[in-house]
Amino acid sequence: MTQAWSGLNSRALDALVLVTLTVAIWQGLYEYAGEAAITSPLATLGYASSLVKTSSFWTHAEATLAAFAYALAISIVLGVVFGLILGFRRFAGDVAEPILVALYTIPKVTLYPLILLIFGLGVSAKVAFGVIHGVIPIILFTLNAVKNINPVLIRTSRVMRLSPWQTVSTVLTPAVMPELITGMRVGFSLTMLGVLIGEMFASQRGLGFLIINGINMHNVPMTMAVILIVVLFAIAANGLLLAFDKRMHRT
Amino acid sequence: MTRNAAISLTRIAVIVGGIALLEVLCRRHIINPLTLIPPSEMATSLWHLFGSQKIWDDIAQTFSTVAFSFVLSVAAGFALGALIHALPRVRRAVDPLLASYYSIPFFVFYPLLIALFGLNTVPLIVIGFIFATAAMVISTLNGLDRVPRVMTKTSRILRLSPTRAIWSVTLPAAAPYLFTGLKLALAYSFIGVIAGEFILSGGGLGYSIAYAYNDFDNQTMYALMMFVLVIAVAMNGALHVWEQRMLKKRARA
Amino acid sequence: MSAGAAVAVPQAAQAPIHARLCGVTRVFEGKLSVHALGPLDLDLARGEFFAVVGPSGCGKTTLMDLIAGLSAPTEGSITFEDKPVEGEVPDGIGAVFQEDASFPWLTVRDNIAFGLRRAGVDAAEIARRVDYVIGFMGLRDFATAYPAQLSGGMRQRVCIARTLVLQPRLILLDEPFGALDQQTRLLMGDELLRLWRETGATILLITHALDEAAMLSDRVGVMSARPGRFIDIITTGWARERDSAIVADPAFGAVTARLWSLLRSESLKAIGAKGA
Repeated sequence: MTQAWSGLNSRALDALVLVTLTVAIWQGLYEYAGEAAITSPLATLGYASSLVKTSSFWTHAEATLAAFAYALAISIVLGVVFGLILGFRRFAGDVAEPILVALYTIPKVTLYPLILLIFGLGVSAKVAFGVIHGVIPIILFTLNAVKNINPVLIRTSRVMRLSPWQTVSTVLTPAVMPELITGMRVGFSLTMLGVLIGEMFASQRGLGFLIINGINMHNVPMTMAVILIVVLFAIAANGLLLAFDKRMHRT
Repeated sequence: MTRNAAISLTRIAVIVGGIALLEVLCRRHIINPLTLIPPSEMATSLWHLFGSQKIWDDIAQTFSTVAFSFVLSVAAGFALGALIHALPRVRRAVDPLLASYYSIPFFVFYPLLIALFGLNTVPLIVIGFIFATAAMVISTLNGLDRVPRVMTKTSRILRLSPTRAIWSVTLPAAAPYLFTGLKLALAYSFIGVIAGEFILSGGGLGYSIAYAYNDFDNQTMYALMMFVLVIAVAMNGALHVWEQRMLKKRARA
Repeated sequence: MSAGAAVAVPQAAQAPIHARLCGVTRVFEGKLSVHALGPLDLDLARGEFFAVVGPSGCGKTTLMDLIAGLSAPTEGSITFEDKPVEGEVPDGIGAVFQEDASFPWLTVRDNIAFGLRRAGVDAAEIARRVDYVIGFMGLRDFATAYPAQLSGGMRQRVCIARTLVLQPRLILLDEPFGALDQQTRLLMGDELLRLWRETGATILLITHALDEAAMLSDRVGVMSARPGRFIDIITTGWARERDSAIVADPAFGAVTARLWSLLRSESLKAIGAKGA
């Protein structure tokens, strides 16, 4: 019991040190660059807490979250389906994998004009951005999860005379779950990134728009406040998913 | 025909077939010409662009920015990774941060960096650097982790000095993973810089694409887009080939 | 064949002591402290072939690490050639480990030359010694190959060659043939004996294979379950000119039986079972 506590305490301490360091650097940058470029940590926090009380903020936040939810759902469905197909059809998978990896390393921003021309300005463009960012890692992780299924598991299922459905549901699915969850976690972050970038220049609504708008209006405190909220959300969401990911990998 | 040959040929066929399909759909106006121009037109447009000075200025700017970002991030990433590896307490503290690192949308910091450093290439280098360094740190940690313990014991039994041990044993043993870090650092530097130029900047290939888009100049825009695509693929492809050659002699059957 | 006492034995008293352990213990500190080894005494005579057997986890590898200077004893003293060993690897010791330690990025020849090059020996001498050892270990056809292209047994030969070329006076081997099949083990055992006779080095071999220990060595130290101590040290009394054909000698069966009778109850203890 005491060991668990000291482990938790030391990690809490480490986190505290990290946060303090970040705030200190932030404050330092503020001293260096001045009010016109950056807001101090305290001022940003203040602005952010008053911002979340306004209804206009939540209108934008909802727009972002809605677009994000759509994009994530589409990414996961497309990603898992294609990943499974390419994983089980070994030849197709081997042909496709390097192509997908190459697509992954292309600066997707180069495709943005194409997306805008297809979808126009608005929600569908944002969702499309989110999807093109998030779908590929999910495909790749799912593909590899299936490829790495230990053949021993299949042989064991056959010896135990399991039906195909039983094999899939009781043996294969638990076997691939951990990798799939990791893929979805990575896809989650990237989809959010895509949606935000889409909002930064293809939309009049959403948190990404608020950031760019803040800069254009020279409203530095607002820009920083929204950035802070977005970053905190990203860290918190990823932290939860990471914990879940680790639990799944423990089996 | 060996399986590998069949796979490569199929892959080439898929890519060529895809481009050919696109060409046909565009020429037949099944795809709106205002949305997408045929690949052949993209190529000819690019060829013409090579005649003008502008594209070469853009290439010079983008590539130099990427180069700065890449070199800095590899050096810093490796140094940081080695340092963190040597300090287990620091590592425990930093590990969750590294795991969540790529979930933070760093592009949101762009406007901030411009406010700090001005509208020049410095914010771009910084963004590329922030993006790429973490990948190098993670790869370095991974590589150093995977140096087999028996190698370290061997260094000691051979009575190598610490510097010699690191240079002659640890680094070659970790090299494959370090190379992965190099690949990722280059890709991320490239992505970060181009994205930055696209969103807010006064020069470079990314900016020219955005400018052409705003000007409704599909010819230039798609030519440049294709160029960036080809460069990205070629760069990563070249590194991949080099990596495969380097690893071939080490590959355990 | 005689059952030895816990310390030095008549035969060894004729040769000088090469390495000596006196009251050595090793405790690993951590969340829980682990008493891995000792207290234990050992006198290694110069030029002898000494094997160590014992149940798994009894501290055999720890013993080797201590003698080699790879770790320091918690209590007691270790001397090598009359000089103390304290966490620093002394000159003149070579080691071959259980896991494959060949460098995958170097050819066989470069692997073997590695230690010599780092020690600043001149190129002509390096070439001479490396060529000799390559011939000696039967690696001539593979000198320009990379370890990845070789079998496990060949890779271990490369590791042995790399150690040999430095002309160590004490060679430590930690289950070097553990990953190999039985037939290859027997052949490697013969090679080890040939190597021992030609170099005149002192050899300490850690092995879990009782027949290997019985067949190859002058003396066998039997270790107890953790914390490892020597229950007994058995002298085999074999002639220096020996090889695997010794398995036909009835004395061989007796030695192996004696080793097992000592080890059986310790092994049961190691796996946590009751009864002896």
